[in-house]
Amino acid sequence: MKLYEYSAHELSEMLREKKISSVELTKDILSRIDEVDGRVNAYLNVDPESSLKMAENADKLISSGEAVSRLAGIPIGIKDNISTKGVPTTCASKMLENYVPVFNATVVDKLSQAGGVILGKLNMDEFAMGSSTETSYFKTTKNPFDLSCVPGGSSGGSAAAVSCGEAVIALGSDTGGSIRQPASLCGVVGLKPTYGRVSRYGLVAFASSLDQIGSFGRNAKDVALLQDEISGHDPMDATCADRKYNSLYDNLSSDISGLRIGIPKEYFGKGIKPEVAESVMNAVNGLEKLGAKIVPISLPSTDYALSAYYIIACAEASSNLARFDGVKYGYRAKDCDGLVDMYERTRSEGFGREVKRRIMLGTFVLSSGYFDAYYKKAKLLQKRIQQEFTDAFKSVYAIITPTSPSEAFKIGDRISDPLAMYAADICTVTVNIAGLPGLSVPCGYSDSGLPYGMQIIGRKFDEQTILNIGYAHELDMGGYKRPVL
Amino acid sequence: MLIKGYEVVVGLEVHAELNTKTKIYCGCRNSFGLEVNTQVCPICLGMPGTLPTLNEKVVEYAIKMGHALNCKINRICKQDRKNYFYPDLPKSYQISQADIPLCENGYLDVIMEDGVKRVGVERIHIEEDAGKLLHSDKFDGSLVDFNRCGVPLIEIVSKPDMRGSAEAKAYLETVRSILKYIDISDCKMQEGSIRCDVNVSVHKPGEPFGTRCEMKNVNSFSAAVRGIDYEANRQIEVLEAGGTVTQETRRWDDQKGISVSMRSKEDAQDYRYFPEPDLLTIVVPEEKVKMLKETLPELPNAKIMRYSKSYGLSRYDASMIVDVVEKSAFFESAIEAGCKAPKLLANWVLGEISKFMNEGTAITDTKLTPEKMAELVNLISDGKISTAAGKTVFDIIVNEDRDIAEIIEEKGLAQVSDESALEAIADEVLAANEKSVSDYLSGKTNALGYLVGQCMKASKGKANPGAMKEIILRKIGG
Repeated sequence: MKLYEYSAHELSEMLREKKISSVELTKDILSRIDEVDGRVNAYLNVDPESSLKMAENADKLISSGEAVSRLAGIPIGIKDNISTKGVPTTCASKMLENYVPVFNATVVDKLSQAGGVILGKLNMDEFAMGSSTETSYFKTTKNPFDLSCVPGGSSGGSAAAVSCGEAVIALGSDTGGSIRQPASLCGVVGLKPTYGRVSRYGLVAFASSLDQIGSFGRNAKDVALLQDEISGHDPMDATCADRKYNSLYDNLSSDISGLRIGIPKEYFGKGIKPEVAESVMNAVNGLEKLGAKIVPISLPSTDYALSAYYIIACAEASSNLARFDGVKYGYRAKDCDGLVDMYERTRSEGFGREVKRRIMLGTFVLSSGYFDAYYKKAKLLQKRIQQEFTDAFKSVYAIITPTSPSEAFKIGDRISDPLAMYAADICTVTVNIAGLPGLSVPCGYSDSGLPYGMQIIGRKFDEQTILNIGYAHELDMGGYKRPVL
Repeated sequence: MLIKGYEVVVGLEVHAELNTKTKIYCGCRNSFGLEVNTQVCPICLGMPGTLPTLNEKVVEYAIKMGHALNCKINRICKQDRKNYFYPDLPKSYQISQADIPLCENGYLDVIMEDGVKRVGVERIHIEEDAGKLLHSDKFDGSLVDFNRCGVPLIEIVSKPDMRGSAEAKAYLETVRSILKYIDISDCKMQEGSIRCDVNVSVHKPGEPFGTRCEMKNVNSFSAAVRGIDYEANRQIEVLEAGGTVTQETRRWDDQKGISVSMRSKEDAQDYRYFPEPDLLTIVVPEEKVKMLKETLPELPNAKIMRYSKSYGLSRYDASMIVDVVEKSAFFESAIEAGCKAPKLLANWVLGEISKFMNEGTAITDTKLTPEKMAELVNLISDGKISTAAGKTVFDIIVNEDRDIAEIIEEKGLAQVSDESALEAIADEVLAANEKSVSDYLSGKTNALGYLVGQCMKASKGKANPGAMKEIILRKIGG
């Protein structure tokens, strides 16, 4: 077995037992990137020199016994909307093609302090707006299970890289499903934590009240390992919860006997491919056999969630992306005729179609005369959806749904049909709207070998329970399968 | 006051920069006049991925002002984004407060010559300042200084309760004075730390309010007066010519003394306010709101009233002293140090002390102390030394730390009040001025002053003029 094929928790032990060095491991991953990324297109930027330096450093920490973190020496990929000091952070946009941050995101600082080895920056949909990576200005990432299919998005680079061994684990961000949906489509495990569990400082904002940084791995244990490192209060982010967390990794348990799990009927009907629903129910049956109590529930407002989500997310995006105006950093249109012309042309030329569509939508719903009819109503709906989840969680510990209504679709199939693309988020957006943790784990494969994903939604800050369910499921029915490239 | 039969209605929006140590949403220093773009960080530069965190001092300062203006404090409130594009606004939105301001529904009593005018205060909210555009001959285009980005501001919005520029000016002065007494703003107009937007409309008494125009770029209180007067007259002219005033935003050009149209109501910017998702709801504990009220110092209006009531000062003199925190503090310390003649003390504060302060010297830059001032004023008031001698002493104790009694002794400044000595002088002077004596006796009362003057001269200024006058009158039997 090649080193890139091992899990993070296995590698962590091998590193501590000095069976391997981080430099050795990092070199192996870098060569894997060389081998396959020309076909997969997961990375926007790889810096072997700096990765190897970090690996050397990690080796020193490990051999001196100073490395206390399980993450020390593990190569990690980072989504390109997470700020890295001195390393371009483009958000896959022409607007930020040449932007090099002067500061690290809090999560990047945390990973560096833990001795993690940062491999490079991963492709995504432009400003995290999309479900396929096709809106990336630079390139489209391919699904490692079928190179003619999308990897999902927006964290498609992260999901694909972890899936095919171009990273052991990776960071992504999730505003409406951007971790869980690509995890599902690439057959890996992805966790969108509770809103406020991870600092957003340094995450280039799409929709501030919904964005959350989270973890990709090939199994529940690896996700728990990475999530432990990035959770925690940050005085730089007022929305980051001031709480202490127990280790998800140390407390991971496959014992789910007696655990009540809700199955909401609204997530298994209209718009969901029957094969997907079937594979999820098959996994649910497996959980029942392991002792879980399966309870049918109802979340009646689900039908409205997608509309509410796109109104709130676009409203915030229209304001968050206003700073890209050509004045301070990033792209500026050439030969402009005055200030207004500079603004208009910079933003017309610097943003892609999907980003502009959402900025316009968001600008519209916040406009005077429309605010009450759209934004305010969407916020009311958000309250209702939150309440329905709160009520449901009075009788169950977790809720299971499909992650994505279908397996990976073909590149080019939906890019010119925004509504079809938005429908890819139908199962995931409610979790962001309610601020809950959501996990996607692989739960079977289509006839053509494309992965299906199961979403496990938990109570606020109860990432442990959903990881335990995912862990029990993968031990029982098998989880990640390596794609053949 | 009516102009050509019209009443002028004024409402004011005052922006005051708060003098907190750091900015409102980041740890950068809040100070004026430092080198361009040195007091900045990724947060106040609005770099991608940065987030604001609220400086709680800003909330405290604003609540203090809310209490001073008798407002209701909304101890639970939120912050909102005001979206617009301008190069000095790096995030392209300003964090401000929209529908729920921190303070609202207050009032301010303004002391006018003919009584007290109560002006309603609609709201006070907190927000961040923007940067500043700079232009240079060496550079074709604009440059931006971001040092001011994120400097905390409060915006104080009055009700349209003022009638004419005089009331507006008095309101502005009172607001500034309060800001200084509660020490939340430096109030330096020339540094732009307090600025205002002016709303003006005119109507005939008894008729509904006219259409208002908002005037921006009003950078001093005197400009506010000129702007209001100009704008009122412009609107009256429009109405008198049979036209209608259109609602618009105008820019005041103080150099030309005119206002020019910037944009009409139709072109008004849509700021698309919505709740700031990066910040939590502001929740101020009730205890803190109470504590901030209790720790408020005596406010200028109360001081003016107290000075005139307890010390017999005219309202004008009282307000002149209260207008400058240092003068008022010195005045009060001197009284505390035992000064028995507050009115005389006030004359000195507004006279000699104001003279050197106007030249830019602070009292603390001199050797003058409230104790010495109290001693000096008491000596003059008791007739121990003359006013002229007092001035001589004053000039010395401003520059040197010396004992007053010693100076009087050394310079021989003590007034002579001893009867026999004064009588000897009187005899001498009366004998030498028989003509004046007979003039006085024949009814030319001016002659008495001359005689007293001659006695003072003979005593080399040391005679007590009051006592001298009495002796002369007794001797000539007038």
